[in-house]
Amino acid sequence: MSADSKVSRRDFLKTGATVGAGLTVAFYLPSRFMEKFGATRGGLPGAAPGSAPFAPNGWVHIGSDGLVTITVDKSEMGQGVNTSLPMIVAEELEVDLASVRVGPTPENPSAWSRRMGTGGSSSVRGSYETLRKAGAAAREMLVAAAAQQWGVDASSCRAEKGAVIHTPTKRKLGYGELAARAAKLPVPEDPQLKDPKDFNLLGKPIPRLDTPEKVNGKARFGIDVRLPGMLYASIERSAVFGGKVKKVDDARAKAVPGVKKIVTVGWSADEEKAARAQQGVAVVADHYWQAMKGRRALSIEWDEGTNASLSSEEITTRLAQLSEKPGVEARKEGDAAAAMNSAAKKIEAIYEVPYLAHATMEPMNCTAHVTADGCDVWAPTQGQSSAQRVAADVAGLPVEKVRVHTTYLGGGFGRRSETDFVAEAVRLSKEVGAPVQVIWTREDDVRHDFYRPTTYNKFGAAFDASGNPIAWTHRIVGPSISVSKGRTPKDGIDGSLVEGAANVPYGIPNILVEQTIADLPIPLGYWRSVGSSHNAFVTESFFDEVAHAAGKDPYELRRALLRDQPRHLGVLDLAAEKAGWGRKPAEGRVRGIAVAEAFGSYVAEVAEISIEKGGKPRVHRVVCAVDCGPIVNPDTIEAQMQGGIVYGLSAALYGDITIDRGRVSQGNFNDYPVVRMNEMPAVEVYIVKSSEKQGGIGEPGVPPIAPALCNAIFTATGKPVRKLPLIQRGKSRIAMGE
Amino acid sequence: MSAITLTVNGRRHTVDAPPDTPLLWVLRDHLDLTGTKFGCGMALCGACTVQLDGSPVRSCSTPISAATGKSITTIEGLESDVGKRLQAAWIAEEVPQCGYCQSGQLMSAAALLAKNPSPSDADIDAAMSGNICRCGTYQRIRRAIHRAAGTEVSDER
Repeated sequence: MSADSKVSRRDFLKTGATVGAGLTVAFYLPSRFMEKFGATRGGLPGAAPGSAPFAPNGWVHIGSDGLVTITVDKSEMGQGVNTSLPMIVAEELEVDLASVRVGPTPENPSAWSRRMGTGGSSSVRGSYETLRKAGAAAREMLVAAAAQQWGVDASSCRAEKGAVIHTPTKRKLGYGELAARAAKLPVPEDPQLKDPKDFNLLGKPIPRLDTPEKVNGKARFGIDVRLPGMLYASIERSAVFGGKVKKVDDARAKAVPGVKKIVTVGWSADEEKAARAQQGVAVVADHYWQAMKGRRALSIEWDEGTNASLSSEEITTRLAQLSEKPGVEARKEGDAAAAMNSAAKKIEAIYEVPYLAHATMEPMNCTAHVTADGCDVWAPTQGQSSAQRVAADVAGLPVEKVRVHTTYLGGGFGRRSETDFVAEAVRLSKEVGAPVQVIWTREDDVRHDFYRPTTYNKFGAAFDASGNPIAWTHRIVGPSISVSKGRTPKDGIDGSLVEGAANVPYGIPNILVEQTIADLPIPLGYWRSVGSSHNAFVTESFFDEVAHAAGKDPYELRRALLRDQPRHLGVLDLAAEKAGWGRKPAEGRVRGIAVAEAFGSYVAEVAEISIEKGGKPRVHRVVCAVDCGPIVNPDTIEAQMQGGIVYGLSAALYGDITIDRGRVSQGNFNDYPVVRMNEMPAVEVYIVKSSEKQGGIGEPGVPPIAPALCNAIFTATGKPVRKLPLIQRGKSRIAMGE
Repeated sequence: MSAITLTVNGRRHTVDAPPDTPLLWVLRDHLDLTGTKFGCGMALCGACTVQLDGSPVRSCSTPISAATGKSITTIEGLESDVGKRLQAAWIAEEVPQCGYCQSGQLMSAAALLAKNPSPSDADIDAAMSGNICRCGTYQRIRRAIHRAAGTEVSDER
């Protein structure tokens, strides 16, 4: 067990309040993984182990029917937690996975001893040891209960498939029959965990528990919530970020049949800071289409405010100007400036990435019902604690009066850790006195996102007389997610802005990574793989420029400079071997390689591409190697790698949010295109068998794909790709000769 | 309001909605058939795909006036042999991640296999490229369609 996942014994495994009949084992999951991804304010401080009375935030319950329910604070958004977390418990508890369920996410996050939410690729790695111990503790209690009932020694009994068996006599009692007796026994403080070689579930490709209801239309997402008397709402928000409603003519909208009420949605300073929702005018109606019709009939005069002239060109100019001055040091090894000055050879380059939207398949939505003494929120949310806090503020109720009901999420990718859509539903329900479901259009979603930051990167590298790299300098200029969320970055460094850059893994003696935060009004948020989504592209692409300048094969130079980074090296070698690096690819094809660590996992990808007429790159094959430490469900790991590669490929090829007159120019999948079936490469995923520290899996597949693709293009054309996306407004940068 | 009669999954329904109302919202809000999803509102993503007389259509951009007198099939009524084979293949290949787009994917795939029982990869590209999946399940969708069709699976691209 690693030090990070070690759980303080006295904060672990107490029997909690019994939920119905049966055995309940309670445990405490530490909060460190979620700190970065929690509420913008309010929320709950994570109770540090040992610093407070035991406050469980997870339970394993074994009912008298033998059914096992685990209660944890994780949202299922496609990443497979509703299967992987039960697998961990079932393994140690010795039950069939079919008898384990994830119970509803608790409705009152304020009673939860850590900030409730899902993000940072943390669900499995943040609970692996604890869930194993909880399952093992329950198993030992059930075995002890059976031994007590039979009057035999516990060591003569074993647990198997949801039952305890007395080995000498083959007597057998099911867990359901034993649960009540077991509940009266003390919880073992240090239960014996299984030897991984005896695992039946962990490390095996196990079918997901949520698949059947996701192929027949029965899975309920936020947008599928239906309540008696529920009204629907659509909101016209200020196109310009920060704009205010000046005047509304709603006469025509009111005349649309079914329209119940028009509400100008404004926010107090506190609400605005917490939820970061835009001002707008809402149309509430019996049916959604009526609300849409009413919205189209609105005539709104806006005070567009101070951002009304902002453009992407101006933003780039500002970033470029800021890049002229030194930034705050995020990493310093040796003396890069001196090495640059004395070098035999130097190269420099500017790399740029755009703002990106998340574009989850399920558009933002939330359903709320505010009454005099409480508020219910049904939300596809990654952030229950912050949703509850924001709902309480907007409803004017104490936080514990807000119940948050978590639905399936039709994609999250970080977007659903925000609370703007929750604030809107609560405000409207309060105004109309009925349950209200707010549904965003796709255009609302693309134009009112919390975007992945744009960055401007100034690179330098220096070489000695033999061509060995001796210095690496990287100045990152961009807006800060932390600042956008109203926080002040510690020591002037936003960790998200430099992750994947400050930790550049190469053994170069002089390294200087600097960061300059630009003050820009575009709302920012976490986007699948966060800083690594842009920093892996810029650093791994510039690395190929370094290799080119050094006259070395980019894979071989990586190998040489990663000799002290065994996990990077392991995935790099595996991907290269499986991709046939060094052997000639098929006629017309070229390969590119990249490697990155993100969220504690190590991923290398090789892209095999060709370039079509018109300069459009075609990705035929992606070979991916991943080392995420101990494996829970390899099929889920493969799926997350495949999905991360498609997500990153969409961004590299097409992803581009641009600003014109203070507003987003894109709106739907026609002008914010994503990869479709006809562009899907063959993706091969290889998982390194590893007992190293466990890493996350939802995000780390994203970072290497853009540089792997662009490095292949560099090989094909001799020109490095220094700006994304590759295809802008239908035209390839390669064709444009950039 | 005007009453319009629609035949959905073999059952006749009378709904009170203007004729220009998109079929999607009548299915979801009036008939409580929430398996059909809203994704883009412009027939760009395929999440809302249903079948009209066996042909795939984007219900977000199909007014109910264009659906009267036709047989409408949604994911809840996907009971054809082809549909059941596809659902079984979807489970066998572990296709869904978040699952939101999968109703639309299945309705497009079912329409494809009904017309073309042995599709090639190019046929699958042509029939399925209107359905976006942000989780990136395309490779598994392709495999599942081949599995349901009994055609050879190759990941070569």
